[in-house]
Amino acid sequence: MRPVAVIGAGCTTFGEKWNTSFRNLFVEAGMLALEDANLSGEQIDAMYVGNMSAGRFVEQEHIGALIADYSGLASHHIPSTRVEAACASGGLSFRQAVIAVASGMEDIVVAAGVEKMTDVATGASVDTLAGAADREWEGFAGATFPGLYAMIATNYTHRYGLTREQLAQVAVKNHFNGARNPIAQFQQEITIDTVMKSSLVADPLRLFDCSPITDGAAAVIVAPLDRAREFTDTPIKVIASAQASDTIALHDRRDISTLDATVAAGKRAFEMAKLTHKDIDMVEVHDCFTIAELCAIEDLGFCPKGQAGKLTAEGVTALDGDLPVNTSGGLKACGHPVGATGIKQVFEIVQQLRGEAGRRQIDGARIGMTHNVGGTGATVAVHILEV
Amino acid sequence: MSVARFWRKIPQRYNLVGTQCTTCGSYFFPPRTFCPECRRAGVIVEHRFKGTGEVVTHTVVRSASEQFEQMTPYVLAIVQLDEGPRVTGQVVCAPEEVKIGMRVKPVFRRISTDGESGVIYYGTKYIPDE
Repeated sequence: MRPVAVIGAGCTTFGEKWNTSFRNLFVEAGMLALEDANLSGEQIDAMYVGNMSAGRFVEQEHIGALIADYSGLASHHIPSTRVEAACASGGLSFRQAVIAVASGMEDIVVAAGVEKMTDVATGASVDTLAGAADREWEGFAGATFPGLYAMIATNYTHRYGLTREQLAQVAVKNHFNGARNPIAQFQQEITIDTVMKSSLVADPLRLFDCSPITDGAAAVIVAPLDRAREFTDTPIKVIASAQASDTIALHDRRDISTLDATVAAGKRAFEMAKLTHKDIDMVEVHDCFTIAELCAIEDLGFCPKGQAGKLTAEGVTALDGDLPVNTSGGLKACGHPVGATGIKQVFEIVQQLRGEAGRRQIDGARIGMTHNVGGTGATVAVHILEV
Repeated sequence: MSVARFWRKIPQRYNLVGTQCTTCGSYFFPPRTFCPECRRAGVIVEHRFKGTGEVVTHTVVRSASEQFEQMTPYVLAIVQLDEGPRVTGQVVCAPEEVKIGMRVKPVFRRISTDGESGVIYYGTKYIPDE
């Protein structure tokens, strides 16, 4: 395998983008990434596009070809492939691009993610997202996505004595970071009181424990490391790419409060990068709900099980803490266009490692990690990047 | 859910018919035709579950998809059946009544409806059993 680097990255602003179409969202992100890498379209060898459910959100399938076409590349006939793994679609499209370049099969590859979620009503989007779990045996019984994560939270709280305030602190911290991110859907700081007084969605999760419905797209360009300096002065090396799966239904898991796929993918990533937890300067984890961020920190091995709530309350995961988590604002404040999230996480780490993260910059950042979850943990992708 | 997909699962949904691997003794509900432990060596037979069990975790769903909107708030739980497997289902009780460790037993109930004049889906819910 040959070493791979990210040579360009672009991201749209995240939010309710009613004036922008699905295809234009992607084109905007793709153009930003190409400009960033000083590339022209005809230099692209292949594309991978992460997308969860355009078929239900905008009633469009065949996304790979659509994206290649509206990127102005139809006449180049490049291979363009849609990658789907629910909310981990972006993370997996990045991994596919990395594998394609590492194998020597392709040189310049675009990894992108896109989702347009606000063109349907809330009930329809709740139902579409429930498809990331087991439709026949979870969705049939009335399980919603917040409902499933709420059951993780109930089980976790019962076993580890998590307080409601510690859980709320995850959202407070991520909104603080989002307020420092110009692409974030929510750029307002909030207090614990904001979370505690918001409406209940699925007990104990309240509205401010949940990531929003979002439109957005992100794209990064990967290339062989030995060619990276043709395009950029600051290539970002991909030093680990790991993926793992688990049961589709939460009720079949070995442990309701542990995402074993995160444990497995995290372990593989650390082995591949030959690093320990102390080497990681910051991590973008999949906080689709506040409880998910706590599970992620623990399951990746940054602290023992049951301790992440306490660490969050103590500020360890804040921008100025020992382990900054979700400097972008996370899914919670930056927004969660499901298929785009995994690529946005890479975009954030690339910005941090280049020292371009502005008011949320982590001083001296050298190594960053991304963690992208599909469903309630049936698919997980973990990547480690180094400047 | 389409009518055909629902129809195929009626024995399982109405009578909690799952499967057992007689090679290793594991029980499966929802039914599996392939034992994750024994794999091709596993011999799978049907098994009708008693349906009694214990709440492992729970929530109260207050914001639901269109099909379940009119039922909110409803109690959703993961129930560990006495034979071992776990299943996601609704518990028919007041939101403040549900607890981890609570014993439950199965009841035959309407689960949801496909719109105003669509198919009515029946299946198993759970009620407190203590």
